Amino acid sequence: MQMFLTTLVLALREIRRHILRSFLTILGIVIGVSAVVTMVTLGNGATAAVKEQISSLGTNILQVRPGQGFGRGGGGATPPNFDLDDVAAIRGQVAGVRAVAAQAQSSGTAIRNAANWSTTINGTTADYFDVQPWPLTSGRVFTRAEEQAGKAVCIIGSTVYDNLFRGEEAVGERFRIRDLSCQVIGVLSKRGQSGFGGDQDDVVIMPLKAVQRRFTGNREIRLMLVGTDPAYDTAAIQSSLQSLLRERRRINGGKEDDFNIFDTKQISDTLTGTTTILTRIVTAVAGISLLVGGIGIMNIMLVSVTERTREIGIRLAIGAVAREVLLQFLVEAVALACLGGILGLILGFVASISIAPLMKAPFIFDPQINLIAFGFSALIGVVFGYFPARRAASLNPIDALRHE
Amino acid sequence: MPVPAAGGAGRVASKADILISLRGVTKTFGQGPTAFQALKGVDMDVRKGDFIAVMGPSGSGKSTTMNILGCLDVPTAGQFLFRGFAIETLDRDQRALLRRRYLGFVFQGFNLLARTTALENVELPLLYRGEDRATRHRMGMAALDKVGLADWWDHTPAELSGGQQQRVAIARAIVTQPDVLLADEPTGNLDSERSVEIMELLTDLNRQSGITVLMVTHEPDMAAFAHTVVHFKDGLVDRVEANHRPGVVPALN
Ligand SMILES: Nc1ncnc2c1ncn2[C@@H]1O[C@H](COP(=O)(O)OP(=O)(O)OP(=O)(O)O)[C@@H](O)[C@H]1O
Ligand SMILES: [Mg+2]
Repeated sequence: MQMFLTTLVLALREIRRHILRSFLTILGIVIGVSAVVTMVTLGNGATAAVKEQISSLGTNILQVRPGQGFGRGGGGATPPNFDLDDVAAIRGQVAGVRAVAAQAQSSGTAIRNAANWSTTINGTTADYFDVQPWPLTSGRVFTRAEEQAGKAVCIIGSTVYDNLFRGEEAVGERFRIRDLSCQVIGVLSKRGQSGFGGDQDDVVIMPLKAVQRRFTGNREIRLMLVGTDPAYDTAAIQSSLQSLLRERRRINGGKEDDFNIFDTKQISDTLTGTTTILTRIVTAVAGISLLVGGIGIMNIMLVSVTERTREIGIRLAIGAVAREVLLQFLVEAVALACLGGILGLILGFVASISIAPLMKAPFIFDPQINLIAFGFSALIGVVFGYFPARRAASLNPIDALRHE
Repeated sequence: MPVPAAGGAGRVASKADILISLRGVTKTFGQGPTAFQALKGVDMDVRKGDFIAVMGPSGSGKSTTMNILGCLDVPTAGQFLFRGFAIETLDRDQRALLRRRYLGFVFQGFNLLARTTALENVELPLLYRGEDRATRHRMGMAALDKVGLADWWDHTPAELSGGQQQRVAIARAIVTQPDVLLADEPTGNLDSERSVEIMELLTDLNRQSGITVLMVTHEPDMAAFAHTVVHFKDGLVDRVEANHRPGVVPALN
């Protein structure tokens, strides 16, 4: 213990006496540790951001669209849209379905007094608010009667509210959208950007029938939102939904579906999987730089053993035993490596806290990676410090003293 | 009067007073055809409280003998007794502990740690002894005071003259209150005025602190400070001279 304290004092003195050399020695470790910490922290943030964005699409929701995949499918006849009978069939026949909302989309310019704003018009049913909860800041959603009659009532998103009403009371007021005068019955709370960049609050929601009659001019539905019961297996719901739709659309045998079912959870898993893999790759690269940093320490320690041969000779002549010289060099290397580790952690912290906002990702402090990176740098000190330390300790005092 | 045995010719000193004795010590460097025998059977006794100057032509084995006496090196053959212990049986670490406890070294090239204050240099052996901070400071300052450099304690070697550096080195050698001080050409790098100062210091340490001093020198003026002069030649002790009036430089003119 006494010997350890002695050598610690000696090692710290030595580090302080050669500040520049010490700094250069640990530079590799500083960079390696900070790179590892930064990469993992940013990776965690990016994963969290992706998850957050996906969940903004709604959880436990299947989106059903005509056509294959995201695009409209290559060539051939355009696949037919859905109708309200499909909606009713899904609601009635697929187990595990909480609610089904049909959606017909259009767009147009909303005008009130001098203000005008072009926005998305979303025709749907009251089920829309059952599929994914979206609280209102004032007013109400439409009634079954309004829905059946296709009345010109609307619920507006906060962006539309801000542009047309600018803080005034909106519920009960009217505005024009395309040629329709429509009455505001509710204002939606703010939801923010969707994961894919669109402003989710830039929307006017009206009864499906009103949109079909006044804007799209047909009775077709381009999107169904199916809210599923979390207690049921999504894959099972998805497959019974698929067979129901195949039956209704008379697709048989080996023919492909002419519709697609998009599961937000599945996408979420895929995307977070991707960011996790990317994080791992980048971290591995950073880890290699940490290793190189360790070799840097060994290199400088070896040079310093040669440089300090005479000093080692003096210490041995004065009565230091080999063990003490070994310990001094080892402690010096470990202290240097730990110092590098601490500086690296600080640098990594600063780097990730300042880069995270640029990536629009949250900063999430991960104590585990900080501990691992620090532990690893200490280990590097021991491993790469040992060889030069042993060399120093094994020197013959006379030869060491004679060294120029 | 201390009389080192030379060959079989000298008188045998009384056993109780003998601190160090070498008998038939040889040292061979290298192996096979390139082997070189630097010591060919050295016999030598050092009595407690003696002040010995070792002289002889270059290559006669003075430093080799000093290194063996200082437990920095081991003889190839022969017997080396220190306080009655057979030193040749000790291992590396035991020899280090012996150096730490009983021996002090002064080198021609001073060998102070660079960028390290005089006090820190002097405290170094105490650090290895495990003394606490306060004790180190007290003993270190006392040693610096003894060599007359108490006011220079916070100067680094680069800020000290050669004579001052050698005095710091002497302070470092005596701070542990060793039995024996070994000095290999301590004045080799100094002018004659500085050299005399160092010799006076060594004489003081020998007289007042009772430290046995062994010193290699090429200069008869410096050897004149010793009580005994041992002459080396071709790896053997050639002759031993007693100096009845140590410190008196023989007048040449
Ligand atoms: N490590 C060594 N390897 C080989 N030969 C050595 C070694 N050390 C000393 N010698 C040889 O041993 C002989 C005696 O050397 P030593 O250093 O003891 O001489 P010295 O009397 O101190 O000479 P000087 O007055 O020049 O210092 C010399 O010939 C030297 O070359
Ligand atoms: Mg010599």
